[in-house]
Amino acid sequence: MIHVVDYGRGNLFSIVQALRQFGLEASVSGRPADVERADTIILPGVGAFGDAMAALDGGGLTSPLRSAASRGVPMLGICLGLQLFMESSEEFGHHKGLGLIPGDVRRLSDAGHQDPSAVRIPNVGWRALRWETRDPLRPAAYEQTMFYFVHSYGVVPREPEDWVASLTINGDRIASVVRRGAIVGCQFHPEKSGPAGLAFLRAFFESAMGRRTEGGRVREDA
Amino acid sequence: MLKARVIPCLDVKDGRVVKGINFVNLRDAGDPVEQARVYDAQGADELCFLDINASHENRGVMLDVVRRTAEQCFMPLTVGGGVRTVDDVRALLLAGADKVSINTAAVQNPDFVREAARKFGSQCIVVAIDARRGTWPSNQTYFEVFTHGGRKATGIDAVDWARRMVEAGAGELLLTSMDRDGTRQGFDIEFTRTIADTVPIPVIASGGVGSLDHLVDGIRDGHATAVLAASIFHYGEFSIAQAKAHLRSAGIAVRD
Repeated sequence: MIHVVDYGRGNLFSIVQALRQFGLEASVSGRPADVERADTIILPGVGAFGDAMAALDGGGLTSPLRSAASRGVPMLGICLGLQLFMESSEEFGHHKGLGLIPGDVRRLSDAGHQDPSAVRIPNVGWRALRWETRDPLRPAAYEQTMFYFVHSYGVVPREPEDWVASLTINGDRIASVVRRGAIVGCQFHPEKSGPAGLAFLRAFFESAMGRRTEGGRVREDA
Repeated sequence: MLKARVIPCLDVKDGRVVKGINFVNLRDAGDPVEQARVYDAQGADELCFLDINASHENRGVMLDVVRRTAEQCFMPLTVGGGVRTVDDVRALLLAGADKVSINTAAVQNPDFVREAARKFGSQCIVVAIDARRGTWPSNQTYFEVFTHGGRKATGIDAVDWARRMVEAGAGELLLTSMDRDGTRQGFDIEFTRTIADTVPIPVIASGGVGSLDHLVDGIRDGHATAVLAASIFHYGEFSIAQAKAHLRSAGIAVRD
């Protein structure tokens, strides 16, 4: 069962609709038992890091998420969901994250907005991905395509091999796609990135299913 | 490099598009969802719905429009009009909106912007600033904030207001010149540039677009990060793809 974690901080509806485009149904709830049962987990999220971690803690979701990660259950974190996978964030003070991926979350630097080449923060808009590694998530058909970003913070994984794709904003290099084993995160919103976003999600589920069933395929009736 | 965004805006009243695209192949030209699909297919970078008749009674109607759009269009969606409380914001985000645009409620209660940004993140809080030009006795121009769809003067200086809203946590500013809105004479470039050069966050230019050159002006001379227009797209005069081709030919980077 694919489970979308609802902790009151995300655009769950769009994600569920996106999965339906290729014939996948997901359960949506904030119940720890559903996280424990899930064979694939999506952690969405918009909002502030500390507030989101408090919501996960308060909902009893932190330990089932950590336990799923240690069992190798495929997980996808989207935007703030990716950031929560990291060890810590400096958003509104210092906060501890889930600690599933070594590294931290940093504020994107303002680079003087009177410089027309500077990126205004929040970084809002469409960007191409700079792929760092070969990864099943790299949708061949969408090599040049852009994805939709809207964020003020970025993740910096400590281990070089965890960087799948990156992005440089006002001189800061951050990861746009991260993978550590079965744990994947993307800073952009695949559910808002049109056909390229759907292809990315589909690639994630195919690789997740491949991990579970050794070569299983997502239904091809999209 | 970040691409300049082209954002078509749909005015929605009681769940229906007020001025729609006259495309013969639309089954129902008044249905915002159908219009959204057209813009999505044309390559719009985002979509904006403005509820021009927002009230407590018809809030559910707009939520339904947002939900039906998010079911079919996998693109960023901003919704404005009548967003007054944290619950309004939450309901719109849960229905599938990515950002909400706040105007009158921000003026009535600036702490609302702060609270919403803290709760949902700055990235989903757009503050809409509607302004008109005025002239001091010294002959210097100023821009005054208006609310209630441009009907009510506030006495607030738009540049000061923009700074305050950034400080409160706004993630973007949507600037509309009420002097230009509906005139098709182009954006008020001075207004757009004055604010854009004051704040570090993305700025969307709006109000007055009548030609594709105006879109270029907004980005190049107004220093806006995105351009929003309604009627030039509504009436099928220009497609989003034509707008982007025009921007590209003027040397402005856009998404293909």
